[in-house]
Parts: sequence; structure tokens; C-alpha cells
Amino acid sequence: MTPDHLTAADLQTSLGRRIRSRTVRWLFMGAAAVTVLVSALIIWTVASGAWTFISQVELTRLADIGWFPRRGLFDLTTLLVNSAQISVIAMAVAVPSGFGAAFYLSEYAHPRVRRVMKPTLELLASVPSVVLGVFAISFITPSILTNFFSDINFFNKLAAGIAVGLLVIPLIASISEDALRAVPQALREASAGLGARRVTTSIRVVLPAAMSGLMAATIVGFSRAIGETMVVTIASGGGDTSLYNLSLYESGGTLTSAMAALGLGTDQVAGNNLAFQSLFFLGALLFAMTLVLNMVGDVIVRRLQNRY
Amino acid sequence: MSVLTSPAGIAADTADALRRRPGADVAGAVFKWLLIGATVFATGFLAVLLAVMIVDGWDVLSGNLWHFLTHGFSQRSAAEAGVWQGIIGSLQVALVTGVFAVPIGVATAIYLVEYAQDSRFARIVELNIRNLAGVPSIVYGLLGLAVFVQTIHGFTQGKTVIAGGMTLAAMVLPIIVITSVEALKAVPSSLREAAYGVGATKWEVLSRQVLPAALSTILTGTVLALARALGEAAPLILVGAATGFLSFGDANMLETFTGPYTALPVQIFNFARLPGADWGVNAAAASVVILVLVLAVNGLAIYLRNRFEKQW
Repeated sequence: MTPDHLTAADLQTSLGRRIRSRTVRWLFMGAAAVTVLVSALIIWTVASGAWTFISQVELTRLADIGWFPRRGLFDLTTLLVNSAQISVIAMAVAVPSGFGAAFYLSEYAHPRVRRVMKPTLELLASVPSVVLGVFAISFITPSILTNFFSDINFFNKLAAGIAVGLLVIPLIASISEDALRAVPQALREASAGLGARRVTTSIRVVLPAAMSGLMAATIVGFSRAIGETMVVTIASGGGDTSLYNLSLYESGGTLTSAMAALGLGTDQVAGNNLAFQSLFFLGALLFAMTLVLNMVGDVIVRRLQNRY
Repeated sequence: MSVLTSPAGIAADTADALRRRPGADVAGAVFKWLLIGATVFATGFLAVLLAVMIVDGWDVLSGNLWHFLTHGFSQRSAAEAGVWQGIIGSLQVALVTGVFAVPIGVATAIYLVEYAQDSRFARIVELNIRNLAGVPSIVYGLLGLAVFVQTIHGFTQGKTVIAGGMTLAAMVLPIIVITSVEALKAVPSSLREAAYGVGATKWEVLSRQVLPAALSTILTGTVLALARALGEAAPLILVGAATGFLSFGDANMLETFTGPYTALPVQIFNFARLPGADWGVNAAAASVVILVLVLAVNGLAIYLRNRFEKQW
């Protein structure tokens, strides 16, 4: 060993220590492999269950009067329409509020206010969804919605959508705020230097620059809303069946609440029963939809990070 | 107009001040107050939520709280039913979740930050973690039902705390990996270089320098992840958390890990779907209990972060 080529290995002297260091590496790699295994198992589970369902069900049963799994009626349109309606209501609540909070924290708020508000948003993100479900049936419907819509059902999609929206606000606010803060200060300085007011800078300069990030926040929030289960199960899903209807004032099950309802009865429906298999078919649909949405959101966020 | 912290802020304030009639910026004022309104709405509903739950659950919270916290579910009447089994079940599930998710999650993060040099495998793991983080919780329930309850029945004994804990472990795994990766990346490389310089092996650098330096942040992320698991009901419903009456028989604490179980959020769901106003009171009271628990755990995490946070 020539002294002018001293490497880290020379300093580590004993071979035993180096061998231990190498071995540990495999442990860490093994753990990383487990996370890939989790994904593989999820895909295998939903795909094989969904295939069993699709290959056994009469396809005409997938378009019928509603979702009655135990009677062999699996109308997908019912669930998809309800999921879409509730998620759109949720976005109507969460997007203005989440964007507004993000703009306030990023463009207007004093740093001290920001330091308090950011952890508060984190705290809000941890409110259990069952609690919001209870909130929907004990407050949103009886104390608010009945004042405006007298013939509203006790279980209804509108209240479920609003509660899901409340749940998604922190997520949207947090991603949007990151997007706004990623806009370089130089743009704001240049705008202000031209004599623009704060509102002009916010709307004409910062908003367009952060547009793709705000879109990503909306997409990820939408994906979260589609996947939300307990709020819908408590506030709108009701039982394990739902008849096709478009009214927001009526109850209706979504992809997720139908799964929860089937799950509650797994002891009764277990075995090679189609109702049990439909659980995995819905899971596969949900998995595919959220995966696509999240990947699109992810690509947009990444592109944004690389821009400035 | 007191934000004199950045050149842009100063310039914006100056521009506003130079306007001839400073009070006439109606659009600006409206915009600002709209944003403040949105922020108040976004954060204020937690207070409304708490208030509503406390008011609705007041009958139980004021007179009957001790009974409520120390008794199991009863089918006979809402007044007799309590959440004791749910609290115990949730703590047990959280324990199992931590046992499985923390070692695997932290080790994966260590692999990604310290070992993987942008290899193909590392890129797959990273992409995989990002996608797992967006999978809806109920889909993890399917994983638990098919794999943890059925395939490895011999290990989990079917629909037990162990199966529930493993299901939630899979769910929080990406959160733990992502926060741990951030924590490890925040450790300055000079610390590693100094350790290598005095002859430490990679493992010694990790175990004696990097991990202790990142520990508090990793701990915070872990506590936040477990708080998330504490509030989750949907996957547990699929892996068989009991929604009705539950008898432990004469099982001792250890045996309940491999017997039927329930969890606090699942009990709230059960209260909420039972007809009758008195069950609604229970649902609200149990919601207050879980909110206090979750907020306390989050508070602990924030405390840990502030107490041990290092400035590099």
C-alpha cells in the first residue's frame, strides 16, 4: 500500500469491522425489498380477486338498477356516479378554502402567523375520518342543510361530500402552499418593482407561475376524496345496497362504502361467493383510479420542482 | 402591512403606500379578507368540530365518563356501553403497527439515503414508496384480509390484533419511510466525512453518528404515523375488528393479541350507525375521547420535535 493512495479501507484496519459493515447493508436492502413486496402483494390481491369476479359474473349484471351484491346485482354506474358526485362536492369545498389558506400563508401572513398555522394544518390532517362522519350526521345535515333543503334525507350525499371536503382541506392547503413558495422571490420583486399591488402580484404573477402545482394539489386531493371511506359509510352509504339515483339529497353508496359494507359482512359472504369477490373487484378499480391520479400529480410536482 | 421581511414585501408595501389614495384599494382589501376567511374556515372547523362533539356528548362526558371509559360494549343500552375494549384494542394495534412498520420503514430509509447510489433497484423502491403513500386505506384492508388473515393464518391466527396491526403497518410504512428519509438527508455530510476520516466503517458512521443525529426527527415522524393508525377504521373493518358485542372471556392481556378485538374508531362507527339519540351521544363522547387522544399524540410529536431539534 503506497502512502499516497491511502483509502478509507486502510483506516478501518480490522477486516471483521469491514465484514460486519457489508453484512448490515444486506439487512437494509432486505427492508427496502419488503416495501416492494407490499406493493406486489396489494396488486396480486386485488388483481386475482377482481379476475375471479369478472370471469364468473354475468356481464349484464354490471349494469342494472343499483348495487345489491347479495342479490347478484352489481351496477357499477351507481357506485361510480356516487363516488364522482361526492368527490366533486368535496373539491368544491376544499379547493377554494385550501387555495385561499395557501395564498394567505404564502403571500400575506406574517412569519409568526405562518409558524403557528403550518403545524395547525398538520394537526387537522390527523383528525380521524370517523369523527367527521359523526360530524356530518350530527351537525352538517341536521343543523345546516335542513335549513336550506327541507326534504333532505337524513343520510345524504351532500353532507358526506362536505365532510370529505373538510377532511381534504389540509392536504390541498399544504401541497398548494409548497407550490406557491416554490415560486422564486425574484418574480414577486420584479412585479412589485413595476408598481403592482400585492393582489395584482398574487393573481397575475404568483398564480400563473404556481398553476401546475395547484393543479397537482387538486388532483391529489381528488384522489384522496375518492378513497375516503368512513365519512361516506356513516353519512351516506348507509346499508350495503344502493339504488341508482342522481339526487344529492338522497343517500347513496360509493366504491369505498360498498367495500366497507361488504367487509362488515365478510363472515356471511366469505367463500366463493360473488358478493365477496366483488369486494376485490371494487378494490382493484379504486386502486387503479387513485394510482393514475397520484402518478399524474406526482409528475406535475416533479416538473415544477425542476423548473426554478 | 407589517410584513417587512423580504425585498418583495417591502417593495409591495412601498408600492401600496405610494398610491394616491391608499384607502381606495378595494380589490386588494377584498382579496385579502377572502384569503383570511378561507384560512379561518380551513383551520377553524376543528374548533367547531370539538365544540359540537362536546355538546352532543355532554350527557356522557359530564356524568358518566368514568363508566364510559372503563366498560366494554353492551347491546342492552347505550348508557351501559363503554369504550374500554376499543381503547385497549387501539393501543394493542398501534403497538403491533409500530413493531412491524418502524424497523422496516427506518431501514428502508437508511438504504435509500445511505446505500443506494441511484441504482435501478433504489429508483424502483422510491417510486414504489410514493405510490404506496397514495393508496386508499381501505385497499390496505383488502391486503390484510387476503394475505394477513387468510394466507398467513398460521402466524396471525386469523382476524386478530396481529393481523390488524400488520395491516396498518403496511399503511403507515410509506409515511415512516418518507419522514425518515427527510430526517437522514438533513444530517450534514460533514458529520459523515469526519467519521470516515478517523477510520469508521460505514456501519459505524451510521450507528454512532448519523442515526443518533437524526433520531428525534425520525421519532417525530413515527409518532405522527402511529397517530394516523390510531384514527383509522376502514382497513380494520375489513380485517375483522368487532363492531358489536365483544367478549374477551377469561383471556389475559397476552392472549387478547390472538383473539377477537376492536378499536376505538371502529366503535365510534358502530355507535354512529345504531339508531336512537342515546347512541348518538355515545358516538359524540367517543369522538371527543379519540380527538383528545390523537391531539395529545400529535402534541407529543411536536414537543419532541421542538425539544430535540438540532440546528446545523
